[in-house]
Amino acid sequence: MSADASGLTFLDRPNSYIGRSVPRPNARRLLEGRGVYVDDVPAARLGHVAFLRSPHAHARLLSVETAEAKGMPGVLAVVTGAELAAICTPWVGVLGHFKGLRSAPQHALAIDRVTWVGEPFCAVVARSRAEAEDALAAIAVEFDPLPAVVDMETALDPGTPPIHAELGDNLAFERSLDVGDVDAAFRDAALVVEETFQFGRHTGVCLEPRAILADWAAADGLLTVHHSFQAPHMMQDILCKHLALPEGAVRVICKDVGGSFGIKVHIYPDEMATCALALMLKRPVKFVADRLESFQSDIHARDHRVTARMAFSAEGDILALDMDDLTGIGPYSVYPRTSAVEANQVVNLTGGPYRHRHYRARARVVLQNKAPTCQYRAVGHPIATMVAEGLVDLGASRLGLDPLAMRERNVIPDDAYPCAGVSGIKLEKLSHQAALAKLKAMMGYDALRAEQASLRAQGIHRGIGLAAFIEITNPSAAFYGVGGARISSQDGCTIRLDPQGGVVAAISVTEQGQGTEGIIAQIVATAVGVPMEKVRVISGDTQATPYGGGTWASRGAGIGGEAAWQAGKALRANVVAVAGAILQADPASLDLRDGAVVDAESGTERMPLSELGRIVYFRSDTLPPGVQPEFVATRHYVPKDYPFAFTNGVQASYVEVDVQTGFVRLLKHWCVEDCGTVLNPLLVDEQIRGGIVQGIGGALFEHCLYDAEGQLLNGSMADYLVPMAGEMPDIEVAHVVSPTTSSEIGAKGAGEAGTAGAPAAVVNAINDALRPLDARVSRQPVTPEVVLEALGLV
Amino acid sequence: MKAPDFAYARPASLDEALALLAAHGEDAVPLAGGQSLVTALNMRLSAPGLLVDLNAIPGLAGVSEADGVVRIGAMTRHRDVGAAPVVRARLPLLAAALPHIAHPAIRNRGTIGGSVALADPATEWPACCLALGATVVVRGPEAERRIAAEEFFLGLYTTALEPGEIVTAVEIPLPPADAVWGFEELARRHGDYALAGLAATARRSGGGLTAVRLAFFGVGDRPVLARAAAAAIEAGDVQAAQAALADELDPPGDPAMRAATRLHLARVILGRVAGTLLAGASMAGASMAGDGDGA
Repeated sequence: MSADASGLTFLDRPNSYIGRSVPRPNARRLLEGRGVYVDDVPAARLGHVAFLRSPHAHARLLSVETAEAKGMPGVLAVVTGAELAAICTPWVGVLGHFKGLRSAPQHALAIDRVTWVGEPFCAVVARSRAEAEDALAAIAVEFDPLPAVVDMETALDPGTPPIHAELGDNLAFERSLDVGDVDAAFRDAALVVEETFQFGRHTGVCLEPRAILADWAAADGLLTVHHSFQAPHMMQDILCKHLALPEGAVRVICKDVGGSFGIKVHIYPDEMATCALALMLKRPVKFVADRLESFQSDIHARDHRVTARMAFSAEGDILALDMDDLTGIGPYSVYPRTSAVEANQVVNLTGGPYRHRHYRARARVVLQNKAPTCQYRAVGHPIATMVAEGLVDLGASRLGLDPLAMRERNVIPDDAYPCAGVSGIKLEKLSHQAALAKLKAMMGYDALRAEQASLRAQGIHRGIGLAAFIEITNPSAAFYGVGGARISSQDGCTIRLDPQGGVVAAISVTEQGQGTEGIIAQIVATAVGVPMEKVRVISGDTQATPYGGGTWASRGAGIGGEAAWQAGKALRANVVAVAGAILQADPASLDLRDGAVVDAESGTERMPLSELGRIVYFRSDTLPPGVQPEFVATRHYVPKDYPFAFTNGVQASYVEVDVQTGFVRLLKHWCVEDCGTVLNPLLVDEQIRGGIVQGIGGALFEHCLYDAEGQLLNGSMADYLVPMAGEMPDIEVAHVVSPTTSSEIGAKGAGEAGTAGAPAAVVNAINDALRPLDARVSRQPVTPEVVLEALGLV
Repeated sequence: MKAPDFAYARPASLDEALALLAAHGEDAVPLAGGQSLVTALNMRLSAPGLLVDLNAIPGLAGVSEADGVVRIGAMTRHRDVGAAPVVRARLPLLAAALPHIAHPAIRNRGTIGGSVALADPATEWPACCLALGATVVVRGPEAERRIAAEEFFLGLYTTALEPGEIVTAVEIPLPPADAVWGFEELARRHGDYALAGLAATARRSGGGLTAVRLAFFGVGDRPVLARAAAAAIEAGDVQAAQAALADELDPPGDPAMRAATRLHLARVILGRVAGTLLAGASMAGASMAGDGDGA
């Protein structure tokens, strides 16, 4: 962490907001109901679009008869796939760095064939959504059902027809890794444990559903798109490409966004169709997904089956890991980030906390007639963590070793960094040992074990589960750019000082409710030297912010934050230089603190910023000759030293299993994680807690259930169970701080750590509770039925 | 999704409401608390031409006691059922069931009459009505009918209500001084529909139990009185009661849970409720008049 000219670092500037739990500036507005989500954006002559979606998992479209619907009350247009294709070109979700990844061209509205239940193939635009839905019911469609590929286990069988004939089979991507001498390690091992883990397909459920409002102003040549989305510049680029518009003709605005979790960073057919319809109809068109179509059309994730084995020495050293991952991704690889990323992450991350040197992994990604899957919070991490942590616990129990001691023995030591993980990932500085030590103390591990033992004697079955994990954050261009995706890995911040001393910061990372704008305001206030209430942050507007990647992969604070810090420092230098000229003082002797120019040494105020602003903006005639103030500064930042800033942590779960009903009660959860500099403890801790709850959702509750014909069986909030407050445990969070030296602020991401480790901690705790009964679960979500089956009771 | 267009009427009297239902036939649907109906409208699972809102009709809500019977007006909100002093004092089974009904916002709006008329087999009030020997009072265009709960719930969302009839009240006889009760429900999350639930009443009889009524919910197409299991409990044989459920319950399998698992859960909660009832039977002062958890 470098010191600036005034000799002060990021953390110890006199008016530093860093490391303080300041409330985020936008919270009050949202709590007062004054948020502006897409559905709140007013527009004259607005058309509401509703989509006709496939009721079949796979079928040929023989005919779509729209004449009657076109005559229905309020209907503005009924548009088929073929008609829309004249305006919007298809896409293919592949990238160069996933060698061999294949998919097929996907249209905004399916033309000849529908490939999952929920795929849109016809659109109705009407004066109201209700009228559009009325008209949908009047469209007559003739389907020719085709065989559906539903089970990923048989998707590659020679007898299974390929979903896309031109691909020849249903294998979209395969990756293999073989490091060291895996066979020898297993041959020489004292103990080998093996398990097959199943991960239920689930999805991110946002409070605000996917929503988009597109308005084509022909006179301006401008398509303005209000979008509930994470990456406005990516959307702008893709709209230009597929609607044949120049860059300046598309403005994407992501004002308030009600949650995203990775769901809102992909290209969706219905959203592209909405923009194309606005062009076609020359009027604003709005699409707001309702909850039923969200379950059918939002991306799903996590549909994996992993068979894995781990080799141990008699003393409990992990010697080798060998795993085979199979995942089903739906009928298309999702554009533009692709659906190969989750499996790829599983290969990169599994066993990542540990120091074994022999590792073999194979991942196969297959196509199937279900909703497409793609990146959702903690992409691949919960799978990788469960596989390794489940095997570590299995090994510990077979060897009669304590699971915490087993981890202490095997993690990469804190003094070994920088180094590479066994999969080849580059690790700058992790802190597994410190995190384990802190967790052990925080949870009172030994006392908890004693309590568990005494309760077991009374027939109460409690379990303690641990999960060490690593998390990918702050991605460089290695994530997407190198593969050809036009997704910026660089972000920028422009900061302007106004006459009264107010500061406006435009930032290219975005806010979805996690507090990005709050973090940026803290950093800008600290860097410039003004009170935080003087800072206004603008985000989510391609026309008003620097170009950048947006918020995903836990990059907002670490990358956007560093850009804001650098821009703030640059602005402060500009301001101090002008102040020096006016005060006839050496700029190096001056500083900006708390909204005033001060003497750096003594802290004595020399001039308030409002006076400086008055002179600069209104009495420039009194400035010394040759002085041209620049009260705007822009800086960009992209990580270059490492492809990713890995973070680490460890979680623990304490549960009680009712061995008659199979119900699991979550008693307590702990997480120690290391995201480097903690910019705002309140926001970081709530990110961790929210992430843990989302991870618990996958572990115990959430599951997109399909039948053998590819019908989604539980697509509503009544039967798709999101985790709710009543079932959640208290969650204690603590930190180890290992700042990245790639940036001055030293912050890594914290958005996905909770989700990465929670499922493994909970499932390990359940298995710990069941151990005396010789029962074991390995299928998520762990429903009461799964537990009862493991116990042999049903 | 958005509901298709419908007409809306807000009659000020029961007679006016009944006249509207008679005039519009099956195209008209009464609206009580709207907690199930409005969802069904928005999902386009139901598309009536006319909603007849019962909320402005005086006299349909409220809990009263007379002549050994507690009368709960059909438009009494779930929350108000459980909060009524006479319910808390004399019908603690209902008070115990209340927190299991969905969430506070739904309990504040939904009504007991709406719940009984909808007859969702996984909900609490119909089973409680069975366990307590309630009578469902309905009004049609011609006359009032009084239907025993055992004759009222006929199948999945199916009741003895005739077209044009409205549920006006649920009447529950005050339990005798030696009554005991038990209630158990298993749901994945607090407020979810029951995977298996049981509302039970009985009378103490010389350290044992008599007049046992076991009303299961969530394990069939309607709330089910398990008579053979009840007889086994009266005989003091809980295991036999659990075994008897195999013939008495025919739980549905669904994507969330197999039928066999639901049956298993029904047996587990029967064991727990039987324990509660038997503990109540062996304790003086633990009765329907008490305010404990049934034991």
